[in-house]
Amino acid sequence: MAVFVNGVIFEGVDTAAPDCWRLEAYMARGGYQALKKILDNKIPQEDVIAEVKNSGLRGRGGAGFPTGLKWSFMPRSFPGDKYVVCNTDEGEPGTFKDRDIIVYNPHALIEGMIIAGYAMGCKAGYNYIHGEIFEAYELFEEALDEARKAGLLGQNILGTDFSFDLFAHHGYGAYICGEETALLESLEGKKGQPRFKPPFPASFGLYGKPTTINNTESFASVPFIIRDGGQKFLEAGKPNNGGTKLFSISGHVNRPGNYEIPLGTPFATLLEMAGGMKDGKKLKAVIPGGSSAPVLPGEVMMELTMDYDSISKAGSMLGSGAVIVMNEDVCMVKALERLAYFYHEESCGQCTPCREGTGWLYKVIHRIANGEGRDGDLELLESVGNNMAGRTICALADAAVFPVRSFTKHFRNEFEHLITHKKALVDHKWC
Amino acid sequence: MLEIEIDGKKLTVNQGITIMDAAHTAGTHIPHFCYHKKLSIAANCRMCLVEVEKAPKPLPACATPVTDGMKVHTASPLAKKAQAGVMEFLLINHPLDCPICDQGGECQLQDLAVGYGNSSSRYQEEKRAVVGKDMGPLVSAEEMSRCIHCTRCVRFTEEIGGYQEIGMANRSEFSEILPFLGKTVNSEISGNVIDLCPVGALTSKPFRYATRAWELSRRKSVSPHDGLGSNLIVQVKQNQVMRVLPLENEDINECWIADRDRFSYEGLNSAERLQKPMIKFDGKWHETDWQTALDYVVKGLNGVANDHGKDAIGFLASPHSTTEELYLAQKLARSFGVNNIDAALRRSDKRVAAAQQGALWLGSSIVELLAAKSVLMVGSTQRQEQPLLASRLRQSVKKGMALNVIHTSDDELLTRINAKLIVSPLALVNALAQVLKAAVEIKSASTTLDLSAANVGAEARAIADSLCAAESAAIVLGNVAQHHPAFAELLSLAQEIGRVTGARFGIAAEAANSVGADIAGVNPQRGPLGKTVSAGIGVSEMLAAPRKAYVLLNSEIEADAYNSQQAVAAMKQAATVIALTAFKGEALLDYADVLLPIAPFSETAGSFVNMEGKLQPFNGVVRPLGETRPAWKVLRVLGNMLNLSGFDFNSAEDVRAELLAHGDIAAALNNQLTSVAANVVADGTLVRIGEVPMYQADAICRRAESLQKTAAAAAPVIALNPQDIAKLGLEAGQPAIVSQGEAEVRLQLVADAAVAAGAVRVAAAHPATQALGGLFEPIQIKRG
Ligand SMILES: Cc1cc2nc3c(=O)[nH]c(=O)nc-3n(C[C@H](O)[C@H](O)[C@H](O)COP(=O)(O)O)c2cc1C
Ligand code: SF4
Ligand code: SF4
Ligand code: FES
Repeated sequence: MAVFVNGVIFEGVDTAAPDCWRLEAYMARGGYQALKKILDNKIPQEDVIAEVKNSGLRGRGGAGFPTGLKWSFMPRSFPGDKYVVCNTDEGEPGTFKDRDIIVYNPHALIEGMIIAGYAMGCKAGYNYIHGEIFEAYELFEEALDEARKAGLLGQNILGTDFSFDLFAHHGYGAYICGEETALLESLEGKKGQPRFKPPFPASFGLYGKPTTINNTESFASVPFIIRDGGQKFLEAGKPNNGGTKLFSISGHVNRPGNYEIPLGTPFATLLEMAGGMKDGKKLKAVIPGGSSAPVLPGEVMMELTMDYDSISKAGSMLGSGAVIVMNEDVCMVKALERLAYFYHEESCGQCTPCREGTGWLYKVIHRIANGEGRDGDLELLESVGNNMAGRTICALADAAVFPVRSFTKHFRNEFEHLITHKKALVDHKWC
Repeated sequence: MLEIEIDGKKLTVNQGITIMDAAHTAGTHIPHFCYHKKLSIAANCRMCLVEVEKAPKPLPACATPVTDGMKVHTASPLAKKAQAGVMEFLLINHPLDCPICDQGGECQLQDLAVGYGNSSSRYQEEKRAVVGKDMGPLVSAEEMSRCIHCTRCVRFTEEIGGYQEIGMANRSEFSEILPFLGKTVNSEISGNVIDLCPVGALTSKPFRYATRAWELSRRKSVSPHDGLGSNLIVQVKQNQVMRVLPLENEDINECWIADRDRFSYEGLNSAERLQKPMIKFDGKWHETDWQTALDYVVKGLNGVANDHGKDAIGFLASPHSTTEELYLAQKLARSFGVNNIDAALRRSDKRVAAAQQGALWLGSSIVELLAAKSVLMVGSTQRQEQPLLASRLRQSVKKGMALNVIHTSDDELLTRINAKLIVSPLALVNALAQVLKAAVEIKSASTTLDLSAANVGAEARAIADSLCAAESAAIVLGNVAQHHPAFAELLSLAQEIGRVTGARFGIAAEAANSVGADIAGVNPQRGPLGKTVSAGIGVSEMLAAPRKAYVLLNSEIEADAYNSQQAVAAMKQAATVIALTAFKGEALLDYADVLLPIAPFSETAGSFVNMEGKLQPFNGVVRPLGETRPAWKVLRVLGNMLNLSGFDFNSAEDVRAELLAHGDIAAALNNQLTSVAANVVADGTLVRIGEVPMYQADAICRRAESLQKTAAAAAPVIALNPQDIAKLGLEAGQPAIVSQGEAEVRLQLVADAAVAAGAVRVAAAHPATQALGGLFEPIQIKRG
């Protein structure tokens, strides 16, 4: 899938060039200048964090938490080890942007993490990479080697007294390992299961030490912010929604792929960039922020701009920026059945409501989709979902419930039709 | 301090505690499954959801810290709805097979379902089924469909057991609790997971389907095995012990017990129980009545006394006997004129009795030991000697205790060891002397002991540093040290290190009543509570220079002695061996002449004094089996029949009162020796490490069938350091022959890097090795 770019991370990256990911190419694009700037000018840690705050960068992993603020939670005077950890466990259905960052521009991430390490006083960092993108992991290891050989990682970076090393680690493909504390458990060699919070990673993270976890895209945005200033980043987007953002468009469009565009760009524009609807079919529905985000009807989406505030006002989430486009041939019951199956399969199983509820939801939806729905099933789904959401250790239970609520709300007639007539309203066509 | 409100009740609570803790202090019950006060917080079951004002959603009480002004509602409509929702989830995949479930009647899920669940389910889909797992002979995991995934068992093995032996595999509703693939659960305290499991997923294998929980009566008791003195609930039905559970005692066993405490009861119901007095004549055993048997005993004792003198008689009492039995045994012996009485049956160093000034004990309370900042364990195979103490020490290490070890093998202690010296038994004295020497240097102190042969190594220095630096430190000698021929020297060194560093020192008493025996006066040199008596000889001399008659109280001397070879020979040459015993063991039938059936701890009133000097009385929980009598009654009658005065007791309490009238137990505890001595020169001879396996420690556990099926009860092997195996031209994995004296024993040879160089580890007290000699004596080995 090609990358169509136009923003701070992919600026100047020729994804068609086989060596675009190499250190040399990155340097030629102005890479590592941000790091040099910090080290040459001995910019104080607080100023680096302030710059990130000014940029309005919000976490690109799904929750949209302001990155600078998160960095400021790290106890700066803590005497022992502290860690920065990058989350490249991209497992959310629909999301495939982080993979492209480490395949086409890994040094942006490496530089961003070094800067984060500097700002928060960490000596080591880890990048946890999804287990199903093994080639990307191997390539990232090579990029790390390049950086080490060039004196950008390790002891006395660029001859200064700042030392920082970065290691890559690949998981085995469990979605839950993308949840930050499950990721830490897995990184420690344990079963990937979320931890109860508090304590939060900033006080009790990797190996019990203060740790900051950010998404790949969040870190990769940092070199630009430091090099060109937070203000410039902010201005690239819109207030409270600074910068550009990668959107992974999939589904019934002509040119699926990653698009890096300013936050605040109308959805209609994005759809157009992606070549519009495939075969000229009608837009039916969009999941604007990855499988965990509530689905929105097509006509609602066409009025929205692609940023945190606008999507959230419409009742969904920008999430990870995975835009799943569905046309009129999609049976929404079948689509939901597939999503419910995913969460049923991926719940880590520790919390009662999630372990039991995800299975229950799936089984009921599966029954409905197979023409075995019963009166009261929709109320049952709602009630089971209510008993799950907000009652668990991590947000996976909520993520499993949001699609159920939104699908049955916006496309209730399809569910009711199937329950009553034992036959789908829309003759589902797999594309 | 914070002000909070729970269900309208105002409370002032400490910062940092959870809503669950706070509710507990207020006497408010919040339903829960995964929460357990001794385990880490998992917050996974979600049964404890409560409403907190201003919080947008219900919060788990077990994991939510209180904040000032917090207002909690544990039973508001919102809280109840949340709890009911969780209960519904817990039940949708539960088999609801209560009628055939062993947990029925004591199931937390059943109890809470009544209070928080609905009578019918909205769940109409297929239920999950989980195949059973094999966790070994003690814990049954047959019906894992009942599991509610609270992970208490997982957390227990990891946090309290010290080693994660149970885990949760897979994800979502396919999650399964299981031991590691192909492995069973081998922790020496594994049975606690049965109590922890809130449902009938993990149940007791020996107890399965034996009876219903509500048909059992609960009686308090005290564990008769190791010196910790764990408190027990013994559950009985129709005059039979059916099950043993922990009775919570924060100062001793918390809410746990070791597997030996829990499953030994099977031995009480063993077919080997002696139910009638028996006399051997014409080379055959004959059952008889009490009168005949006691007449026979009296005649025997008088006969030997007349023919050979009173000194030809020896009394050997097991330290697993009750204080009252022990007190009466020594009273009977001494009133009769016999001074040879001992209960430290595996002690080989007679110098200790001569130099001790009080009952040997831990030197502090258990709680004080656990709070020490630095502890040195000397000659202790901790996990098999006192399994629960070993676990509690691990908890202390987590809280910052520096645990140091001097031992003959580098056993896995499942915790962080600050420094350790692993040496041959013949170098134990030298190792401890190194620590003393280092401590003397650190503290610029002096000692009268000649330490010139001790070269202080780095580990010894680290141990001394740790003891000197700690604001509270303790040195504890374990069974290996206590059985060791140089026990007096090891104790001397501990005393000196204690003097120089300020550390307390003492012993981890081997048996349930080792301290009680000393207190009761079952000591060749000291009477009850230290009363002066005419000195006799102790067990090592009584067996080395055989007597004409032996009286055994609760002892199977072939397994209980330091040198079983010598002990059995002594028994066999005696004119008469009178055994007061609960079991008719094979060896006893061979060497004894009279067997008097006495009650085990479960069938008599009595008391044990644990390692910290705490006297814990208990009552019998069932009636004596058959014609069995409590030993104190038998001894009383014998005293009268021997025309001795002062044997008119009406109860075990009477006996205890007479003992305690001699003085105060606390004042009688004393580890200081009158003089210290130590020969520090290490010897290079090949020597045996002869420890008592966990489930051979006493007559009851030897007969506990399920314990005998565990990995810990496997047949003894010969374990040697691989380097020694190579040096001696032996081959691991093949049988080899070890010999002490005349006797040879052929066992499998195993290479074990944990064994100190120059030592041959061969367990004692096991039928397979009883032919051998002393536990820490030279041993020969050859290809077999
Ligand atoms: C079930 C679940 C899966 C998640 N998966 C990912 C993921 O694949 N990648 C990611 O960056 N964040 C993921 N997150 C969010 C992370 O927990 C965390 O919020 C994020 O990595 C923080 O980085 P950011 O602040 O830069 O967004 C997931 C969260 C949940 C609850
Ligand atoms: S909500 Fe689900 S995925 Fe998250 S911790 Fe609980 S069981 Fe695991
Ligand atoms: S087996 Fe019992 S203790 Fe273990 S997780 Fe299941 S319910 Fe909990
Ligand atoms: S008891 Fe609180 S979540 Fe289980």
